[in-house]
Amino acid sequence: MEALFSIAIGVLTACGVYLSLRGRTFPVVLGLTLLSYAVNLFLFVMGRLTIGAPPIIQGARADYADPLPQALVLTAIVISFGMTAFVVILALRARAELGNDHVDGGEPPR
Amino acid sequence: MNHLVIVPLLLPLLAGVALIMPRSLTTPVRRALSAAAALALVGVSLALLLQVSGGQVQVYRLGNWPAPFGIVLAADRLAAMMVLITAVLAACVVLYAVRGADRGGRYFHGLLQLQLFGLNGAFLTGDLFNLFVFFEVLLIASYGLVLHGGGPERTRAGLHYVVLNLIGSTLFLFAVGTLYGILGTLNMADMAARLAELAPGDLGIVQAAALLLFTVFALKAALAPLHLWLPGAYGHTSAPVAAMFAIMTKVGAYAILRVYSLMFGPDSGPAAGLLDPWLLPLALLTVVAGTIGVLASRRLAQQAAYLVVVSAGTLLTAFGLGGTAAVAAGLYYLVHTTFAAAALFLLADVLGKARGALHDSLVAGPGVPQGQLLGGMFLLIALAVSGIPPMSGFIGKLLILQSSLGSPWMPWVFVVLLVTSLLGIMALARSGSILFFKVDPAASAAAAPRLGDLGAPLALLLTGIAMVVYAGPLYEFSQAAAIQLLQPDDYLDAVLQAGSGALPR
Repeated sequence: MEALFSIAIGVLTACGVYLSLRGRTFPVVLGLTLLSYAVNLFLFVMGRLTIGAPPIIQGARADYADPLPQALVLTAIVISFGMTAFVVILALRARAELGNDHVDGGEPPR
Repeated sequence: MNHLVIVPLLLPLLAGVALIMPRSLTTPVRRALSAAAALALVGVSLALLLQVSGGQVQVYRLGNWPAPFGIVLAADRLAAMMVLITAVLAACVVLYAVRGADRGGRYFHGLLQLQLFGLNGAFLTGDLFNLFVFFEVLLIASYGLVLHGGGPERTRAGLHYVVLNLIGSTLFLFAVGTLYGILGTLNMADMAARLAELAPGDLGIVQAAALLLFTVFALKAALAPLHLWLPGAYGHTSAPVAAMFAIMTKVGAYAILRVYSLMFGPDSGPAAGLLDPWLLPLALLTVVAGTIGVLASRRLAQQAAYLVVVSAGTLLTAFGLGGTAAVAAGLYYLVHTTFAAAALFLLADVLGKARGALHDSLVAGPGVPQGQLLGGMFLLIALAVSGIPPMSGFIGKLLILQSSLGSPWMPWVFVVLLVTSLLGIMALARSGSILFFKVDPAASAAAAPRLGDLGAPLALLLTGIAMVVYAGPLYEFSQAAAIQLLQPDDYLDAVLQAGSGALPR
């Protein structure tokens, strides 16, 4: 499970980095989204992967899942969601004001 | 528990929430509320500074949870000082904005107050994840502010600023996640304690995470080669926003100072001295890169933005030298450079408005009415910014140079800081002579500058002059702050409640 999880985070990060280096705003926004997905999974797994263990104190059990990363990842999801919404609107506004969707505001010379 | 510690957060938060209510307030009420909140914040910060100036670290436990479990706010001398200069700067910015610059959008004052909430939170928090949250609060407010007023150039620069900072936030989370995965805590004082007993096998991954964190702070502090976003964003935004952003690079510098003195200081065990090979060379490179930009600028606001880069480099040079004297010199310089850069941005705007269509571009234009007054202020601010006696920049740079004596980097620090000071004053002298002496008779006549607009830059300039007059006590205070920062035992004891017994791990 650990290997599968790590590979998934790695693939998401790699795709996110590639897309956020593109020249048009739409791939950049997608890249930022993928990066935030990757970091959310990464934060989640920082409490280590456990199956069937409760995150709150329960009777006489000895195994627990770390509840803190779950709280952290909730915060991170909310923040990255809000930021993505903002950057989408900003990209639309840049398209409207600058007349094209290149991140530098103008078509590169060919 | 001392509730004064949380007031600098609550005051701008409540004011900000009231101010972003749509349509419920008229512009005069909005302005009055924002100004009142900013002035009250100055009073609160001053009270907080007086409380901690004796050396006692004031800790506020949110929800009264004990330290490693709950989130703490901690005010020591450095944090209280940062909160105070933010408040003074904000008061001057609001004073300037209410004279008309806030008309570009209804939410200017609300966003400004929310940015103050984020800034004060970042200075006061004692928790690494909470630091991330406050960074996001101040960033999302700054995204709105940087676009205030609109226009294609502003949108283009704003897009770069937003995308870069979103990537920075992602890296921050990766670093925080890694550190939490190894150390099992997010309280910075507790992290420092855990680092001291780190298993040797975990050292590499902690160092990697800590350097990733440094990359994020370097992006915020505009350390080369991550400084390229700053001139565009600061040079194209509206003047009060650019002036307020003079404190933003200092947040990055503050975070570097706080996190690395607490967690990776000289006595912090196996990971000590992590930044030593990186910070000083990169800071000197920043000074050089910024100076090249200063020489090449074609507009005064852009030149001021590059001067912010230079000042960030100078500041981090002081922090990179390390030791009490250098950090104290850096703290004195930090206060000076925040006010001087803000004053230059505001003056450039006053001048630009008077020059009409040419705005602040550095080409010969109409003779500016009241040229003696504006030119005199420009001269004083330019002297302060480039570190020429008798202004405060000179004392700051002198202290930094003095503290580098005995360091192996001394020749580099001297050469870079002195040569770039000379080039800086040359560039500013050229700008001043173009703006005030070189009159193009063909240009359409300049409007008379509105003298009331000069109130805020004048207040900032006078603060700088007061820093020269009271340089002795101020330097003593920054020395005390540096000692408290570099020997963090008091801070650790106060946060972790030493003596309260073993907490369950």
